[in-house]
Amino acid sequence: MAQTQEAAERELTMSRAMVEAVAQEMREDDDVFLMGEDVADYGGIFSSATDLGEEFGHDRVMDVPISETSYIGAGVGAAQAGMRPIVELMFVDFFGVAMDQIYNNMAKNTYMSGGSVNVPMVLTTAVGGTYNDAAQHSQTLYGTFAHLPGMKVVVPSTAYDAKGLMHTAIRDDDPVVYMFHKRLMGLGWMPSPSGPKTDVPEDAYEIPFGEADVKREGSDVTVVTLGLHVHRAMAAADALADDGIDTEVLDLRTLVPLDTDAVLDSVRKTGRLVVVDEDYRSFGVTSEIAALAAEHALDDLEAVQRVAIPDVPIPYARPLEDEVIPGVDDIEAAVRAVRE
Amino acid sequence: MYDDMVTARYYEERLQEEYLEGKQPAFDISAGPIPGELHLAAGHEASGAGVCAHLRDDDTVTAPHRPHHIAIAKGVDLKRMTAEIFGRETGLSKGKGGHMHLFDPDVNFACSGIIAQGCPPAVGAGLAAKKRNTDAVAVAFLGEGAIDQGGFLESLNFASVQNLPVVFVVEDNDWAISMPKERVTDVRDGSKRADGFEMHGERVDHDDAVDVYEAAERAVGRARDGNGPTLLEVQVHRRMGHFMGDAEAYRPEEDVERHKARDSIERLAEDLRKHGITDDELDEIRESAENRVDHAIDWAKEQPEPASDAAYEDVFANPPTGGVDEASSTTAATDGGEE
Repeated sequence: MAQTQEAAERELTMSRAMVEAVAQEMREDDDVFLMGEDVADYGGIFSSATDLGEEFGHDRVMDVPISETSYIGAGVGAAQAGMRPIVELMFVDFFGVAMDQIYNNMAKNTYMSGGSVNVPMVLTTAVGGTYNDAAQHSQTLYGTFAHLPGMKVVVPSTAYDAKGLMHTAIRDDDPVVYMFHKRLMGLGWMPSPSGPKTDVPEDAYEIPFGEADVKREGSDVTVVTLGLHVHRAMAAADALADDGIDTEVLDLRTLVPLDTDAVLDSVRKTGRLVVVDEDYRSFGVTSEIAALAAEHALDDLEAVQRVAIPDVPIPYARPLEDEVIPGVDDIEAAVRAVRE
Repeated sequence: MYDDMVTARYYEERLQEEYLEGKQPAFDISAGPIPGELHLAAGHEASGAGVCAHLRDDDTVTAPHRPHHIAIAKGVDLKRMTAEIFGRETGLSKGKGGHMHLFDPDVNFACSGIIAQGCPPAVGAGLAAKKRNTDAVAVAFLGEGAIDQGGFLESLNFASVQNLPVVFVVEDNDWAISMPKERVTDVRDGSKRADGFEMHGERVDHDDAVDVYEAAERAVGRARDGNGPTLLEVQVHRRMGHFMGDAEAYRPEEDVERHKARDSIERLAEDLRKHGITDDELDEIRESAENRVDHAIDWAKEQPEPASDAAYEDVFANPPTGGVDEASSTTAATDGGEE
């Protein structure tokens, strides 16, 4: 009985689910290969490539020199030559070293070529703070990548989504930036909250881009969020329910394309919007979602609050980092505020 | 030099102890008295001490994410550096930077967390010295894992073509996290890269402190005399993992043993004994270094953590006024902050 249940409902960490999708795609398609720093022998610093090196060898799971411009640009070239590279940028914060290849080549070549060239590449990268790694190792930069046209941007918050979105990403004919939150990966040395570990089917499956997930239905307030903060918003919603406040929680799952219908439907229903983001507040995801609601659902909109990093680099000391990264209580307070 | 080296070694050993406190038996990066990641430099001491022995306070040093031995040799305030590593209010950066982001403008020291990132700013410090006609020099430290990074190679070219007083010191510990050097470059002697930029290159194939000292004397002297930059590669040893908590499953046991067997501190002690320094004198230096480190750590742990409101300060040296949200506007707090 227990075994049957295990086969049908297999719980995986987000890291295991993500790696499983990569392995299945690599078994199916010789054009899929993985390049990154410390991916083969180490298995990825955040376990994004555990055991892949062992299964596929150094030719298909390539440890590369610390030369992001070169190997990310090489990913673009290989993709344009018809392969399907998965290229890992160890921390998203390191994007600055190689941004020219990312936003001037990877993101624009399809458009600049009038569609005669395309770049079927996945750029995976670890994002997020909450473990005091300071200003150069803690950012999410969701807004930065979503702002620049030409890249699809994926942010899984559960193991189920991590696998399905990875299958979709690898099979997509466009460049996809796949941003996984370190705190959600299920690492022994960086414990996750309970939410991201979920049942995951063994067979390959796709989750279409541009479909947000209503994690919790509610009638009073809409909370739109992504990544780690899906779980923090769910915790806040539980606490608010004790006070009779019925919160709807929407996980965007992909920023590009953005599920505008899901956001607008929810805002029209509740009339009160809180947007929660672990990126900088100004000119980012929270601004975009608030603007969307203002443009298209103004008549239904009673109040809006944004909860995000208050436009400061992410500090090191624990009390400082706790201050700037939105916590469960910050989300609760914002939900209460839009009801006043 | 011996003092700097034993201070640095003992410092790393003590930080390792402190860092792992609260992280045993299950390693949780968020537990224990020291926040965040920790990259320790045991086995690198000879390069920090041998190079910085030739530097003055007005010479600039940029260091990478593994900075403590260099900071100690450059004369960074040990107590305030330690308080910063513990995330305290009286730390060098008031707890905002942490161990990868130590800034001590009194001795022109800075370090940063992304590979080869300190090279261009060191070139800039050299450029400033040249423009102002001072004889100050700048030294960029980096690991051998950084030598394939554009920021490093571009800096070599710029320093060379502008004939700037810069020394690039590559600390070669054979490993870039899990990547052995031979798998990332076909150039075993990294100093040969200097040839491509018509600049001087030299490799010290072992980390005997006296040999590092002499090679650095030539390099720093060349820079100070207006004779241009040098690329100096020093073989050092990685006695600990890339970061604390790195189990080094990828690394052969005999490599770990080989690195541990070669101890530059012991060899310098041998040299000093040959020159008539007694064991008592060496012990005295060591004990005094250990006391200084213990005192700095004790002091740091007594310091208060920063108040959460401090998170909003120091974004700008000249904070703009206005904005609708009190919490997101910075308050007036300036402390220079220039490197």
